[in-house]
Amino acid sequence: MADVAAPLRRWSYASVSDKIADIVLARRASWPWVVAFLISMIGTVAFVGAIGWLFLRGIGIWGVNIPTAWGFAIANFVWWIGIGHAGTFISAILLLLRQTWRTSINRFAEAMTLFAAGIAGIFPILHLGRPWFFYWLVPYPNVMELWPQWRSALVWDIFAISTYLIVSLLFWYIGLVPDLATLRDRAGTRARQVVYGLLALGWRGEARHWARFETVYLLLAGLATPLVVSVHSVVSLDFAIAIVPGYHSTVFPPYFVAGALFSGFAMVLTLAIPLRHFFRLHDFITDRHLENAAKILLACGWIVAYGYFIETFTAFYSGDEFEIAMVKDRLLGFYGPVYWTVLACNIVVPQILWWRAARRSAWTLLAVSLVVNLGMWLERVMIVVQSMHHDFMPSAWGNFIPTAWDWITFFGSIAFFAFLFLLFVRALPAISIFEMRELVLEEKKS
Amino acid sequence: MSLYGVMAEFGGAEALLAAAREAHESGYGDIEAYSPFPIEGLPEATGFRRNWIPAIVLAGGLAGGIGGYLMQWYSAVLSYPINSGGKPPHSWPEFIPVTFELTVLVAAIAGVVGMLALNGLPRLYHPVFNVREFDLASRNRFFLCLRHADAQCARDFLRGLEPLGIWDVPV
Repeated sequence: MADVAAPLRRWSYASVSDKIADIVLARRASWPWVVAFLISMIGTVAFVGAIGWLFLRGIGIWGVNIPTAWGFAIANFVWWIGIGHAGTFISAILLLLRQTWRTSINRFAEAMTLFAAGIAGIFPILHLGRPWFFYWLVPYPNVMELWPQWRSALVWDIFAISTYLIVSLLFWYIGLVPDLATLRDRAGTRARQVVYGLLALGWRGEARHWARFETVYLLLAGLATPLVVSVHSVVSLDFAIAIVPGYHSTVFPPYFVAGALFSGFAMVLTLAIPLRHFFRLHDFITDRHLENAAKILLACGWIVAYGYFIETFTAFYSGDEFEIAMVKDRLLGFYGPVYWTVLACNIVVPQILWWRAARRSAWTLLAVSLVVNLGMWLERVMIVVQSMHHDFMPSAWGNFIPTAWDWITFFGSIAFFAFLFLLFVRALPAISIFEMRELVLEEKKS
Repeated sequence: MSLYGVMAEFGGAEALLAAAREAHESGYGDIEAYSPFPIEGLPEATGFRRNWIPAIVLAGGLAGGIGGYLMQWYSAVLSYPINSGGKPPHSWPEFIPVTFELTVLVAAIAGVVGMLALNGLPRLYHPVFNVREFDLASRNRFFLCLRHADAQCARDFLRGLEPLGIWDVPV
């Protein structure tokens, strides 16, 4: 890993702190940021408006109906929560494996996780017929004397998602506290001193505090690690424990987790490359970082490919006529083009990453990651929609056609994500400052 | 003027670590060392003995896991038994996901709350912030603070360690 940190030889504790802190404190908003921010804000308004209209009129404004009762909302949920996985993978698993190259990308990857998981959490509420009763999934003392149904995957889901959100938030915030103290001590204006001061909780960097901090940070990483595997496994159980052909499959948990990491690393690259370009962070986010992420992308892509293969194989191997009919419909039916696009995006295009030159070219990586993002979203739509539109009874078959509100809600959620991320890079340090100082120290020693 | 302690600034992580060790060996009981990043060995050099965090996290995890399981058992077996697909009321394999999630959740919350509580945070005001140069403790400077010692002795002792500067920290 020596050559990852090698550019840090030019940096000192002070300069590395100032460089990252000043992105927030001193740098004026550049026009690309302002333009992007305005566009994302318009999209966010559209997102909020679409949700408001949905709450007023009900889910009839979407294209969902019987048999396809789950449409974009659930596909978006699965897609967003999957994107969240890479952040936890980078910050927790790579921390435990002592991969120091993670340091410069973990902070914004965690922020990405938090925003993606938060947006994901909105969709299951939106898809409810009576969204104002969503809290009935939570056990609380109530006059109805009712309890949640513990044998339901939907109840597991709300526990998995809320645990994931809360643990990701704690992990992210605790890691931020020392850096918030840096911003507090460096802030030029009173307002910033007060805001960052409150958020920093009075952190002073005392040796005993650091000892407890490091222990809890490491333990949180250890706790978050099984979460990476469990969250999307539980999400996949929403499907896998149903008997619908195309849902009912034992390969789903690992297949969903691999897909989650696949789309998550694609999103990390989608965010890292512009971030590094616009804020000139080439010494911190090196080509080596991007190359490592690309390799993980390639590996996850093959696990996903295996998932596609084994699903099709199992359908024919089982001899079950409904499973076989479902696969034939997937390949050649109404949604056939979606399936072939998924294969092209998720299996064919990423193979370019076998070439070192492609892995080293930031713009090629950005293009591949955008294609993978699209492919993974289509895959989620395919799983959710195509399986339901063609189940046991021919009389019950029907097609789902998304309406304008489906599209506005989907694109609006992307805009909201961009909005949050653009705010984040201007308000909080996008790279962990204190961990970069540690890297500088190690570079000095070596 | 009553003093919180006497503070000295050092040039780097190694110098601070050496100074803290020397102060500890010279019998200063209440030493605080401040650095912009965690330094290996420094907590021990300031007399840090027992790290309770792992025990707190374990306790939180056990409480969450056992409590979560008991909650499901109580509700599904005693309080509100319903027949779902012919499964027994105490269908434990299906209680595992929620038990697992609550184990992780309560352990994580206990760890973070425990860390903050033991560190005495949040504490927005602290006497050491009165030293102007201390602003740089979160950037690139290293500080040692000796407390509950005779101020003049502490100053003389710190001067012997060749620091970059010495300040009195008012309460």
